[in-house]
Amino acid sequence: MKRRMMGDAALVAMAAGLLMSGAGVDVARAAAVSKDAAVHIPGAAVTRRLSPSQYEATIRDVFGPTVTLGGRFEPEVRRDGLLAIGQGYVSVTSTGMQQYEAMSRAIAAQVIDERHRDIVIPCKPADAKTADDACAAMFLGKVGRALYGRPLTKDELGTQVVASNMAAKELKDFYQGMWLSLASMLASPEFLFREEKLKAKADKNGWYDLEPYAKASKLSFFLWNARPDAQLLTATEKGELDNARGLKKQVDRLMASPRFEEGLRAFFTDMYGLDELDTMTKDAVIYPKFDSRIAADAKEQTLRTVMNVVLEQNGDYRDIFVTPKTYLTRRLGAIYGVPIVNDAANGAPEQWQAYEFAKDDPRVGIVSHMSFLALHSPPGRSSPTLRGKALREVMMCQKVPAPPAAVEFKIVQDTSNPDYKTARARLTVHATNPVCAGCHKIIDPLGLALENFDGTGAYRLTENGVPIDTSGALNGVSFNNAAGLGKAMHDSPATADCVLNRLVSYGLGRLPAKGETEWVKALGKGFADDGYRVRDLVRAIATDPAFYKASGPSVPAEAKPEKSQAAN
Amino acid sequence: MGVKITRRTVLRGAMGAGAVTVGIPFLDCYLNDSGTALAATGTPLPVVFGTWFQDLGFNPGRWVPAKTGFDFENNVELKVFDPYKKKMNLVSGLQYYLDGKPLETHATGVEIVTTGGIASQAEAMASADSLIADTIGTRTRFRSLEVAFNGGRQSRSKRANAANNPSEPSPVALYTRIFGPDFKDPNAADFKPDPVVMTRKSVLSYVTEQRKKAMSEVGAADRVRLDQYFTAIREIEQQLALELQRPEPLPQCTVAEKRDEVKPSSLIPAVVANGKLFSELLAHAVACGQTRVFNINIGSQGLRTEGSAQTWHGFTHEEAIDEKLGYQKEVTFFITTATKMCADFVGVLDAYQEGAGTLLDRCGLMWMTDHGYARTHTMDNIPVMTFGSAGGRLRTGQHISAVGDPATRVGLTMQQIMGVPVSTWGVQSNQTSKTMSEIVA
Repeated sequence: MKRRMMGDAALVAMAAGLLMSGAGVDVARAAAVSKDAAVHIPGAAVTRRLSPSQYEATIRDVFGPTVTLGGRFEPEVRRDGLLAIGQGYVSVTSTGMQQYEAMSRAIAAQVIDERHRDIVIPCKPADAKTADDACAAMFLGKVGRALYGRPLTKDELGTQVVASNMAAKELKDFYQGMWLSLASMLASPEFLFREEKLKAKADKNGWYDLEPYAKASKLSFFLWNARPDAQLLTATEKGELDNARGLKKQVDRLMASPRFEEGLRAFFTDMYGLDELDTMTKDAVIYPKFDSRIAADAKEQTLRTVMNVVLEQNGDYRDIFVTPKTYLTRRLGAIYGVPIVNDAANGAPEQWQAYEFAKDDPRVGIVSHMSFLALHSPPGRSSPTLRGKALREVMMCQKVPAPPAAVEFKIVQDTSNPDYKTARARLTVHATNPVCAGCHKIIDPLGLALENFDGTGAYRLTENGVPIDTSGALNGVSFNNAAGLGKAMHDSPATADCVLNRLVSYGLGRLPAKGETEWVKALGKGFADDGYRVRDLVRAIATDPAFYKASGPSVPAEAKPEKSQAAN
Repeated sequence: MGVKITRRTVLRGAMGAGAVTVGIPFLDCYLNDSGTALAATGTPLPVVFGTWFQDLGFNPGRWVPAKTGFDFENNVELKVFDPYKKKMNLVSGLQYYLDGKPLETHATGVEIVTTGGIASQAEAMASADSLIADTIGTRTRFRSLEVAFNGGRQSRSKRANAANNPSEPSPVALYTRIFGPDFKDPNAADFKPDPVVMTRKSVLSYVTEQRKKAMSEVGAADRVRLDQYFTAIREIEQQLALELQRPEPLPQCTVAEKRDEVKPSSLIPAVVANGKLFSELLAHAVACGQTRVFNINIGSQGLRTEGSAQTWHGFTHEEAIDEKLGYQKEVTFFITTATKMCADFVGVLDAYQEGAGTLLDRCGLMWMTDHGYARTHTMDNIPVMTFGSAGGRLRTGQHISAVGDPATRVGLTMQQIMGVPVSTWGVQSNQTSKTMSEIVA
């Protein structure tokens, strides 16, 4: 890996962060480190709140699929393009905590009910009418390890046992004691957040390695979007993650598991904002074919397509922009105007079928999927501006500025103006205003290429009776339609850089720090050299010791880097 | 009125007859003559703070009244408030200052009016309502209640360095939260603390204490977030403690009726129908002492009518100005509908009689928006309104023209009358220490 000088700004920010975080590293030593220069400077550790899907997965892993959550999560926050980064900023609000607390009681109540207790609780109390230290400790210790992703400390276990005894005696029921003690674990910061604990001693450069269980956790969430499983915890306990061979062995195991797909799906769902399809609505009068099931299908279609390219084929990531291959259900077929014969028996779930669009069909790649087209459209029409902005921001990690204040929209407001029947015509007039032109020039040519697809993604050739012109350009490369746009996206270095950056940020829970620029560049070089294979990139990140290093504990927001380094 | 029952008679009766009297329904006679205080204790009925957030402003020339002062006439878009003219204040001409920072359209104005300024990443500031809730909302079951009429979860209320408090999108879910099994009728005859609640509280307190001890060594950022976590836990403990106490009787409290909701969505009919249910629920929740702070976000931006390709927000930017009318017709439909919803809500509060006064009288409801004129994203001539006299603390019935003043003046004033010890509020040009004395009683 290349080495480079540490910038002054980075040093100051880092030193400030260290001081504030109370890591006990003094500025003098940090300065000394900077003098021998040329070091990789990791960013700070990040403490993240569990996402709803991670919470759900953990409950399912620990208590089985029959335990339901029965609650509502606090909304997630997207930051720097990712919910995974937002998780490093959010805490819990009072209202949110009330929900977590209610959910924890509801889950714990199911665990101790007649149906589950004998399966989940590995022992029986000597007397079910009162406390039982031994059984409580056995159960709470076992469950705690799985919930926290590490063994409980002696004090922690002691606290939970005392709590369960208090309740068992008070309510004269051992299982009521388990109920409240378990509920308190499920509502604990150790469970709701995942902290990156650091080893007490810094390495020779002054940076910290994650403590083994934190390392296991980072790895497991990165690859599986879930807490470490029993095997990983056992390997951690044995110290296997401390050496490269042991780490590689676990990376191989996790990546060979079907759960790796869950992890990759979680990443791409986050990167493409596919979670927003869960709540997207379309106007039922304008788009009668649209409903929430179709939105769910649309999300699944894109995930299947991406999984096929990056996981099954282990292909070039950029192919997702040009592949005519996808998977459809009958419902989606109805929107796309292609016949999908469902030969499932009556009552069988909707079947997915592989489908390949014809060679001359403009519908290629994932930005011609409903998941992209509909998500970046208002409820009742298409929007080249929203789509163009999303192509820049979501697929190429570029930031499009917000429109300025006090802009006059009058010229283009009249959608019934006989002179401007298409979106292109209206936007062209709008963009003659120099205040608006700057941004629209970079947004519209991309979005207009997708104008053959309406607000849900259905194909059309005209708008208000006028043929739609879908020509455009990206970085000087011209194209005539969506297929050409897909090719231009495929060839643009920004799309590969973008997935690299998002993946690294997703794993770290923050944007790469300034001092990690060279590391990210090196990863990017490897990514390119290996033919843009996401699997290889994931492996490269997961097996790299740099991924598990931190400059110090989690720092306050102002010391976090503002901008992505390798993007743009 | 027949026999006059004095506070003394009631007290004497209650003392003499022992447990039986507890069952007597609480009547108006428990209030003093003006209906502002519980006669038995002499405590004034608690003051209540609420916010109504309605994005996308009004049409220029159609909302600022011709006259200022007490004898103003509501302009056309605010005519719907005429029945409450004596109980409202309208402040026009206010400004949101950008101080050279970029305008995030529809977001920056919200941030300024709710939190007092544009925050840097480091200092995500608390919204005024949560500062008020920390002052007046600590002894109620809910420190604050947030609802969104549009089926969304967004609210404009937040604690410092935290995410926004999530809104409740479903009236039925809100009903269950307030009047479900955990509701303790303040006027119920018998009261027995629930042993499970008692145990829950002791377990929670014990475990929390132990955790706090174990977590003394964390970084600054985590410290902040842990503090928020423990604050939230403490509030749950307080709530449990309240559940174990006999609630203060509230004579006017009646449990809201459980009604069916329309599937929450941003379609106007659903928003109006569920808005009505929310309004009634909030009124009952306040009257029953369940909360003293509430935040309503109607979710203006996404509102639309069925079959329309465009949302309210979309229309503000893309609808042509009707040449005959001189304003955007569709946009005006939404403004009218939303403003009417607000008037209806004020009406629900004002219909809730408490002695000689109404529930509205002890509320201070603050109406806010994101832009003065959404079509061009203006940050000047911002309207802010207040409704209710906050238990006599607000002087009402006026139009005040405050051209160029930071809009934060109203937020500062509302905090002050709610008892928040604050003399200056806001950041940079949005900072103010000028109380809006015209509206302070």
